[in-house]
Amino acid sequence: MQIEHAATLAGPFTRTRNSIPRTMALVMLALTPATLFGLWQFGWPAIWLFGVTLAAALAVEAAALQLAGKPIGRSLFDGSALLTAWLLALSLPPWAPWWIGVIGALIAILIGKQVFGGLGQNPFNPAMVARVALLIAFPLEMTQFVAPAPLFSAQASDLGEGLAIALGSQPIDALSGATLLGTVRTELGQGAELGTLLSDHFAPLAGVFGTASGSLGETSALLLLLGGLFLIATRVISWRIPLALLGTVALLATLMQLIDPAHHAGALYHLLSGATLLGAFFIATDPVTSPVSARGQLLFGAGCGALIYIIRAWGGYPEGVAFAVLLMNACTPLIDQALRPRILGRNRRGQPLEPELPETRP
Amino acid sequence: MIKIHGIRGGIHPEGRKHLSAGQPIEALPLPALLHIPLAQHIGAPAVPLVRRGQQVAKGEMLARAQGAISAPVHASTSGRVLGIGQYPAHHASGLSVPTITLQPDGEERWHERIQGVEDPFALSPEAIAERVAEAGIVGLGGAAFPSGVKLDLRRKYRLHTLIINGSECEPYLSCDDRLMRERPDGVIDGARIMAHALGVERILIALEDNKPEARAALAKAAADWSGIQVVKVPTRYPMGSERHLTQALTGVETPARALTADIGVVVHNPATAFAVHEALRLGRPLVERVVTVSGGAIARPANVRLPLGTPVRDLLAHCGGLSEPEAQLISGGPMMGQPLPSTRVPMVKGSNGILALSAAERARPEPMPCIRCGQCVDVCPCGLVPLELGARIRAGDYEGARARGLTDCMGCGSCAYVCPGAIPLAQLINHAKGELAARARAKQKQAETKRLAEQRSARMEAIKRAKREAMEQRKRELAAKKAAEAAAKDSPAATEEA
Repeated sequence: MQIEHAATLAGPFTRTRNSIPRTMALVMLALTPATLFGLWQFGWPAIWLFGVTLAAALAVEAAALQLAGKPIGRSLFDGSALLTAWLLALSLPPWAPWWIGVIGALIAILIGKQVFGGLGQNPFNPAMVARVALLIAFPLEMTQFVAPAPLFSAQASDLGEGLAIALGSQPIDALSGATLLGTVRTELGQGAELGTLLSDHFAPLAGVFGTASGSLGETSALLLLLGGLFLIATRVISWRIPLALLGTVALLATLMQLIDPAHHAGALYHLLSGATLLGAFFIATDPVTSPVSARGQLLFGAGCGALIYIIRAWGGYPEGVAFAVLLMNACTPLIDQALRPRILGRNRRGQPLEPELPETRP
Repeated sequence: MIKIHGIRGGIHPEGRKHLSAGQPIEALPLPALLHIPLAQHIGAPAVPLVRRGQQVAKGEMLARAQGAISAPVHASTSGRVLGIGQYPAHHASGLSVPTITLQPDGEERWHERIQGVEDPFALSPEAIAERVAEAGIVGLGGAAFPSGVKLDLRRKYRLHTLIINGSECEPYLSCDDRLMRERPDGVIDGARIMAHALGVERILIALEDNKPEARAALAKAAADWSGIQVVKVPTRYPMGSERHLTQALTGVETPARALTADIGVVVHNPATAFAVHEALRLGRPLVERVVTVSGGAIARPANVRLPLGTPVRDLLAHCGGLSEPEAQLISGGPMMGQPLPSTRVPMVKGSNGILALSAAERARPEPMPCIRCGQCVDVCPCGLVPLELGARIRAGDYEGARARGLTDCMGCGSCAYVCPGAIPLAQLINHAKGELAARARAKQKQAETKRLAEQRSARMEAIKRAKREAMEQRKRELAAKKAAEAAAKDSPAATEEA
């Protein structure tokens, strides 16, 4: 019963059971339903692409850690590289060739994260950096979408065909389709009527359940929403960024629809299509690249939402989640400086408060 | 019922109070030796009044207070003064401090002058504060600020409320809970005496909602007195922080660098109130206190009433010893407590708990990089951005950390508790506070040295100048004399004429 050693530790001597790997694991768990649905819906080519992207990310992470002389084991399995690749894969066209996944993983892990010093140091969301780089470098491969062909259904490709598609050796013209955002945008540009376009292409229920064409993991609004609510319930993310983002998109869409219904679709269309929900719950909430204060997070989310809408409505691309998030990532340091919490006992300018005495002494 | 206002941030650590909260307060058998440090309080250490070998009675003053902020210490039992020397302090450093060692004679004979007051409310407020100061009472919640000083704030501040802080928000600790359950009349009486000293009519006794038994006992004891309210506050660390509890109960925020007295509120601990009750009613100085002994490595967790100066070793032995030899020994709670380097150190007035944490309880993984999750920002009860403070401190930018509120940190450790990367934020912040304090001292020393050096050179210069002037004066006088002599030689006639 002797403890005769110098005490070098400071408190607290108890801590939460939370950890970074646990946080990453919970995010992946929240993504699992939407991912499984996407993989089922788009079949073997998508499964190959998903697997290749994740494996490539782990390989690149290991190589980068080796190069930097950091311990590989611990960092490799903190879940961050896996999650980055996972999110990237979900944002890719499901039948994109394997090398899109590999190059994407390389860009995300190496240029998006490791060159800045690894976990926690990157200013931009690595998955979105990769997605945007791929979109600009390989516009064709990154905009070829397919109509859903669920596993085990008649039009689904089998394992071998799927591999051939993933390897890029088999053309996929038979199943080509475009995303809702892309179609509407293209045809509006050609003078089509928005009302007919929407009634032809926009099926809100398909958007909710995810039986529409789109990126690998972005189609099912319902499953993404469930995953997002799970993250909020488990306190992995706060409600602030998703709510501000979705609220702003909905507000702007409603407003513009009221002003000019012939050219602007309503809130439901924007919330259910594209990467809105994936972005709101899983991408804009990336802790590393978003602000830390409550007010900062609200502003960040609102900024993302506004940019998403502006890019969709007036920008050069049909979809703007990746660009919006990256632009707001660039603002994060500024937001963190400008919107800090008020220190207890001080006003917003940092001056001590005036003592407040109750008027009446009870 | 009064409205409970929200406070910023906070955490919900696992309470683990069940380990000891069910254990009634038990008295510790007299230890073989007591080591009573002269500084068990904030402020100047007490000055010894006894000699080596002297027989002292229980409650006899061993050392008197010196200066405005200080407290005397008394003999915890009757016995012989074995020595006045250096002994390891109840502190993480393990450094030795001036300590009186007392060998109990086992008689527990009270000093003959120990006598209570018939009616404390007939005394003037000043007289109460004076008696409390004489009794050596300090804040027993851990801060150990001399209570006499804190009861004498009436003249400087417009006070309206006394808050008895029974929130006991640190995990594991249950000594206040037990005291309030078992001695509610004493606590209420002490609080009323304190309110009389402070000149306030309103007493709020705040308890976290995890202590229903204590709340019921106090409410029953307080039923006869108007002006006393027993209030339930949410269980949330750090509810026991003076400023936060005041804000929760009054809705008013204490300004930075001010006291709660600036907004009319004085906060005392229930154990302090009980000590005031004993000091006034029975005339007994503070010679014992109740302590929680708990933690996964303690064989028999308990709440123990012990004479001040008891070695931690005796206390642990009374509780069945340690079930794990490598346990982490902590004084206080696990959030803000201090690690203790040795079981030889004595128990002092401000120590409210001894914890021995098992390896599983204190598990602290290797720190990972900050992922800026912002949870530390969410939980910080002071509105700081701990992750930024931590990053700046790591980079050596202490001034930058200061500019971002480092000195407004109250050190509650919520940030380090919640950090998923296990980054030792509280340790970094404490280090920076210490470093800034050291720099301020060094700067002051430098300025003082410079001032003295300048004064010295001015003095030397003055001496030189004076010497030179004296020399010149002498030269002039000599020259004048010579001239006069020469003149006298040249014209003796003139001289003769004169």
